[in-house]
Amino acid sequence: MSKSVCLETRELKFSYPDGPTALHGISLDVKRGDFVAVIGQNGSGKTTLAKHFNGLLRPDAGKVCLFGEDIASRNVSQLAQDVGYVFQNPDHQIFSATVREEIDFGPRNLGCSNDKVDRRTEEAIEYFGLGNFADCQPAVLGFGLRRKVSIAAVYAMKTPVLILDEPTSGLDLKSTNELMAVISELHRLEHTIILITHDMRVVAEYVPHCMVMRGGEILAHDETREIFKNSELLLETQIAVPQISELGNRMTPYGMPDDVLTVPEFADEYSRILSGLEEGKKSADRR
Amino acid sequence: MSEIVRIDGLGYAYPPIDLDGRREWVLRDINLEIHAGEFVSIMGATGVGKTTLCLALNGIVPNSTGGTIRGDVYIDGLNTKRHPVSDLAQHVGVVFQEPETQLFNVSVEAEIAFGLESLGLPAIEIGERITWALSVVGMTEFRQRSPFKLSGGQKQRVAIASILAMAPKILVLDEPTASLDPVGKTEVFSIVRELRQKHGITIVMVEHESERIAEFSDRVIVLGNGTVQMASSPADVFSKVNEMRTLGLSIPQVSELADRLNRTNNTEYVFTQLEEAYSELTGSGNLVRRISG
Repeated sequence: MSKSVCLETRELKFSYPDGPTALHGISLDVKRGDFVAVIGQNGSGKTTLAKHFNGLLRPDAGKVCLFGEDIASRNVSQLAQDVGYVFQNPDHQIFSATVREEIDFGPRNLGCSNDKVDRRTEEAIEYFGLGNFADCQPAVLGFGLRRKVSIAAVYAMKTPVLILDEPTSGLDLKSTNELMAVISELHRLEHTIILITHDMRVVAEYVPHCMVMRGGEILAHDETREIFKNSELLLETQIAVPQISELGNRMTPYGMPDDVLTVPEFADEYSRILSGLEEGKKSADRR
Repeated sequence: MSEIVRIDGLGYAYPPIDLDGRREWVLRDINLEIHAGEFVSIMGATGVGKTTLCLALNGIVPNSTGGTIRGDVYIDGLNTKRHPVSDLAQHVGVVFQEPETQLFNVSVEAEIAFGLESLGLPAIEIGERITWALSVVGMTEFRQRSPFKLSGGQKQRVAIASILAMAPKILVLDEPTASLDPVGKTEVFSIVRELRQKHGITIVMVEHESERIAEFSDRVIVLGNGTVQMASSPADVFSKVNEMRTLGLSIPQVSELADRLNRTNNTEYVFTQLEEAYSELTGSGNLVRRISG
């Protein structure tokens, strides 16, 4: 089954005023329903690229297409119907007096009927477990909760494309796993998701595809499993794979596959190697 | 080893924000001793009071924040309730998560001089301390630069230098690398390690990244419910897999692996670092290397 293209860029170039070139002619395709992590060091162009997908930034040259159509003629609020954007810092996004108002702003602004606005708002509040805080002022909530509010507000807009800029930074393990479960569920519901992150454990456990950026270019776009075994690429881009993948890579001379992503995978492979050795010993004894 | 930090029954509640004046105890009953020269990491879920504890170590809590405190904190023998923050600053320095919030001067040099001038030190000594602090964090050539044009890792190194220049015996770092990329994280962690090894500074660091904690710390303090839930070696803490999961905290992947293998293969592995796992799993004829050389 070949999926249709959702987002594409062709020879996209961009420089900030008075700055060096930030994006050097990027061409990429993201298919409908894909879940892609954008990884790379700070300053590699991840956020700059993502801001072209919802029109916050416009290319100096080249083009950006959404569902096959150039977005140059659509303004940011028109694009907001299709592309949701969760900012890296929730405080750059949150502006309403209560959590409920923050969340219902999006669907209301899209021109939904009152009924629909209420339905979507309540659903988002419930989905993100914000029921107890719906009438609170966002500013009094802790960082993890403010982060959830900022994502719930974008979720309520039900856009087919969702871009999240480092949504798990500053969250503890429990909140990270809760959030990633929600994002994975949105992926299952066929939203196209682009996740900018430094957390390689999150990428290994949840995100099937990766784009690797460095110096305003995309060096690779492939399955996460393929990216994480490309040690040359990782060294070049100074990306540290999860510890368990590194241990797996070290142990390939002992029969460990070179593309282990998670602890359970490693444990299974290790047991398989051990039982292979047992079998070998037994058959040698028999002889 | 002598204790340089002693916390006896510390409880703390910020001034109430709601009208009925209810007090909420962020810290309930913290008891802890930290020895001179130790490297201690503090873990705890979001909202558990890690930052509040850091601020209690340099007296900002409660001297500047108000609120209600019970119990005592002694820094280098000084009770934080009886000494102003400015006195305590010469014994303990705190580095925060976002370097931007601490940097505000036009040059790196002015940034570091700021704290020293407030101590009333002679100009020559200020100059010497700046030179020393910048060399420790490897930022000597950035002395005249604007702090705002530096990378995240470099900004955090300047923030650390400005604290170091005050010559504290204890350095408290509150998630110093949370906003940095992996390269910046490595810069900061290696400097912190050096401060302890070469300069004997006691390190208290709040961190989420268990794999870094395992690599650097002598002891891990786990906070939960306003109290110290665990205070032990990384090996001890990270083999308590279920407790850590319940507290919502991460452990190194190799520690998770050890737990999983122990349950299925009847082994007794304790791993906190990659090297340990590698040598245990491949050593003593466990596995056969397929390709020699």
